[in-house]
Amino acid sequence: MTAQLLTFYLFSGVILISSLMVISTKNPVHSVLFLILSFLNAAGLFVILHAEFLAMILIIVYVGAVAVLFLFVVMMLDFKTSINKDNILQYIPIGILIGVVFIAELIIVLINTKFDLSNIQVLPNPLSDFTGKSNTEAIGSVLYTDYILYFQLSGVILLVAMIGSIVLTLREREGVKRQVVSEQLQRQGKINLVDVKSGKGVDI
Amino acid sequence: MINLAQTYFIEVMTIILYCLLIFVPLLLGVVMALYADRKIWAAVQKRRGPNVVGPYGLFQVPADGLKFIFKEIILPDGSDKTVFLIAPIITLALSIAAWAVVPVQAGVVLANINVGILYIFAISSLGVYGILMAGWSSNSKYPFFGALRSAAQMVSYEVSIGFVIITVLLCVGSLNLTEIVMAQKTIWFFIPLFPMFIVFFISALAETNRPPFDLPEAESELVAGYQTEYSGMPFVLFMFGEYINILLMCAMTTILFLGGWLPPIDIYPLNAVPGFVWFLLKVTFVFYLFAMVKAFVPRYRYDQLMRLGWKVFLPLSLFAVVVTSSILFFFNLAPGM
Repeated sequence: MTAQLLTFYLFSGVILISSLMVISTKNPVHSVLFLILSFLNAAGLFVILHAEFLAMILIIVYVGAVAVLFLFVVMMLDFKTSINKDNILQYIPIGILIGVVFIAELIIVLINTKFDLSNIQVLPNPLSDFTGKSNTEAIGSVLYTDYILYFQLSGVILLVAMIGSIVLTLREREGVKRQVVSEQLQRQGKINLVDVKSGKGVDI
Repeated sequence: MINLAQTYFIEVMTIILYCLLIFVPLLLGVVMALYADRKIWAAVQKRRGPNVVGPYGLFQVPADGLKFIFKEIILPDGSDKTVFLIAPIITLALSIAAWAVVPVQAGVVLANINVGILYIFAISSLGVYGILMAGWSSNSKYPFFGALRSAAQMVSYEVSIGFVIITVLLCVGSLNLTEIVMAQKTIWFFIPLFPMFIVFFISALAETNRPPFDLPEAESELVAGYQTEYSGMPFVLFMFGEYINILLMCAMTTILFLGGWLPPIDIYPLNAVPGFVWFLLKVTFVFYLFAMVKAFVPRYRYDQLMRLGWKVFLPLSLFAVVVTSSILFFFNLAPGM
């Protein structure tokens, strides 16, 4: 139990520090790298909760795909123009506003659910109903039966977003030569395929 | 605190010992792979390859390694030095970390975790960060282009690799690597899933930046891509990381399609051979294929690479997922049904 606690403090400590670094470093690329570090440590927290499937999906989706594209874009920015310190202060009111909203929401949830702090237990396995099943199986058996509508809906939303981004960026340009592989393969006469014997070469 | 140290000391020590048991043969494997690579490549081109240092040129690779260690580490002026030095370390560390879940024989694995295949997929998807960080922090044109190409390429081919893995998982019903191998007792998956085997093999070439998809380090265009500014030890770390990744992909092909440590036929003289020997033989065979492809396939153009990834492999592997799951469902072959 103590080792688990230590790893918990390690992961969450690194999350806190790296999240702070995300907003405090001047270099945007460093910010993204710290963001990735905090994602990784969040995955570590999932592993401690025995939610190894979620941890791996978090890494694959967020760190392996989303953050790569993020880094991709940020890397191409010209950030050499130094950031003025006075400008940072102008974001403080909106930051406080967001913080207040979050705390208010938390309080509302706590009041509405009549959260009795003494009854909180540390769940060793959040999916304890599915005894004998692995985490992945348990998620799958719920996701594709009880929650199939939400699953399909989110799929459709992602599809719409994908089509939308393709439509926005697609443009026909005049005078661009494209390679059509099937045409190239069908072309006769100009190109001949010759079976070359090893070591003997071929006459052209 | 002292209690904690006493409880976990032996456990931690055993884990460190196991790590060394993986790490040392892996380094040896990389040295042999580099040597085999050069020899095979030379043989295809009717050259001799390394044959001067040591018997049959076997010490050529360690000699090269020593040379790199004694060279000066040059930090380019204007580079982001911290990121510049962290990048090769990340590449090597991630490529070694993936080996923690690879089973070389029944029960011989450091971490037999439930989501083994996802773990490997996650770790290999992180590999792109080493390259991106190296390319960006070098603060130079060629590394940057190399890194951009590499990132786009690895992300594209990860998609089709993911779908190929899903087709295999449909036939197994588990994400555990040991169970994936045990499910191939009756038939190795490369026979029923032959098209997917080919897709996986080609995607693995692209994922590890091997020729014909080595555009990130295309020497005729980008000098050495993201490695251009690296010298000495950091360069060796990149090199080793790359080769350990290649070996990992060979091992993955073996586990997913060639039946891992299982003998070809389960009869007496063959099944008396220890499993890891079969595993090594198969990995060596897949690596031989990798080396042969490097020797005789010309480099792809970048738009051809992207076309192959998105317009050929993605629809093909998506179609295969649908077909495989339909067949398994309608013929009641799906595991756990």
